[in-house]
Amino acid sequence: MDPSELYAEVIIDHQKNPRNYGELENKDKEVKLTNSSCGDEIFLQVKFDGDRIQDIAFYGRGCAISTASASIMTELVKGISKEKAEELYEKFVEMARTGKAPSSELKDARVFQGVSKYPLRVKCATLAWHALEKVIE
Amino acid sequence: MACRPESDVEKDFPILSTVFEDGRRLVYLDSAATTQKPKSVIERITHFYESENANVSRGAHKLGAIATSEYAKARETVARFIGAKPEELIFTSGTTESINAIAYGWGEENVHPSDEIVVLVSEHHSNFIPWQQLARKCGADFKIVDVKPDGTVDLDVFRKAVTSRTKIVAFAHVTNTFGVIHPVREMIEIARSKGAVTVIDGAQSIPHISTDVKEIGMDFLAFSGHKMLGPMGIGGLYISKRRVNEMRPFFTGGGMIDNVEDNFTVFAHPPEEYEAGTPNVAGAVGLATAIEYLEKLGMVCILDSDRTLLEYAYKKLDKIEGLTLYGTRDFEKRIGVLSFNIKGVHPHDVATILDAHGVAIRSGHHCAQPLMKHLGIFYTSRASFYVYNKKEDIDILVDAIKDVKERFS
Ligand SMILES: Cc1ncc(COP(=O)(O)O)c(C=O)c1O
Repeated sequence: MDPSELYAEVIIDHQKNPRNYGELENKDKEVKLTNSSCGDEIFLQVKFDGDRIQDIAFYGRGCAISTASASIMTELVKGISKEKAEELYEKFVEMARTGKAPSSELKDARVFQGVSKYPLRVKCATLAWHALEKVIE
Repeated sequence: MACRPESDVEKDFPILSTVFEDGRRLVYLDSAATTQKPKSVIERITHFYESENANVSRGAHKLGAIATSEYAKARETVARFIGAKPEELIFTSGTTESINAIAYGWGEENVHPSDEIVVLVSEHHSNFIPWQQLARKCGADFKIVDVKPDGTVDLDVFRKAVTSRTKIVAFAHVTNTFGVIHPVREMIEIARSKGAVTVIDGAQSIPHISTDVKEIGMDFLAFSGHKMLGPMGIGGLYISKRRVNEMRPFFTGGGMIDNVEDNFTVFAHPPEEYEAGTPNVAGAVGLATAIEYLEKLGMVCILDSDRTLLEYAYKKLDKIEGLTLYGTRDFEKRIGVLSFNIKGVHPHDVATILDAHGVAIRSGHHCAQPLMKHLGIFYTSRASFYVYNKKEDIDILVDAIKDVKERFS
């Protein structure tokens, strides 16, 4: 299997320069999730404006896949409604697990379509999204 | 006697001729997790199920007699391999069960409040959690002895940690993280001088180092068949004569009794006392065949080959920038385990890219979170070698590591 598909340029770029990385000054909520198979952890913080995700940030420890996925996820959901974010969450998780053609709404997150071929790495790609689902519930 | 070249040994292992869809061959460097099996072991297990399968020590028919006698022969072979008597060798499912059997069977009977249980920080979770839990249950102190950053133990620190209150000292002869060989004789001597009982996790040592339990003098030794060319689901527990009367069986049930009354049971003598239920006979005969194979290769040759490969790998990897290699550089104190990190790259990413080169390694905390946290590294990539690995495997590993570096640079 050619790893170039999994380690696409976009992913390496987000891993090196993760967006929305760090802590929010005035967060409303924070969740922490751990990937039990490797001990990686993500802290996800959000600031809400009513039903809208006004601001979002993450930090923690992770591999290229989980870091890039978190970075891309935060870009996608910043500024949208919780309901819309929940919808993206479901679409992303389904794509990562099955490899099914993703909806165009997932934008950059579509690079993770190929992760389904690496069953041990699916958890890495979905970790941040599971954290998102928890933080908006 | 000359050692067989690894490239010749490799031919005995059917799985090692695997070629993946992309034309790359399998380079198996994960033997510390589990080893591959030679044809002789696979055939022995098949032969058992095709021609000898019956339950042991129950019933009088011909197959039952064959299975019982093959099981007994297997016990003799495994016991002899570690210098024990057959009645001192219990078959278990592996190291984890063996250690739990000691913690419950000996520990709960003999550990009291204000006793101490001493382990090294570098223990595998299998030789850490059972003692941590036992200490909690019995109100004993759980003492964790530090190791040096190179993974070796400082005997002075160890000596100070073991006191007259110490009931159990448990540690691995060889660590699974960095493949460091601890000075087992000296450490046991220290423990015994304080009257402590010694439990040796031999999961990584028995496959690589010729071991004589009488000469080393431990009270308990645990090991796994699958890490020494044998099948999964079989392992050993050596219980020295000194301790056997201080124990209670961990499991009770069929096959381990002399007599059962309504209100009490008279247990059989060891080893049967500690083998409740139908044993893994196919596993036991498979393990005995694996041992015969190892003996034919020669344990000295196995350790020699480990070190040749390790030194070869170090020479090549030392030239690559941004690579950290863990464990002492005194190769006399190492088996064929190579733990490393590439600056700025997570071990899971390393493993995935190596996998694309056909190279199978392990990444993560290697079931040794206390050590990883203590050293502040969280995880490593680990390549581990065994009898079938050759220099060419290292060459492919090194090229794959270079590819990882390029992708992430
Ligand atoms: C040092 C050490 N102890 C214990 C174990 C546990 O062995 P098993 O899983 O075969 O019970 C292992 C294997 O991973 C090990 O390397």
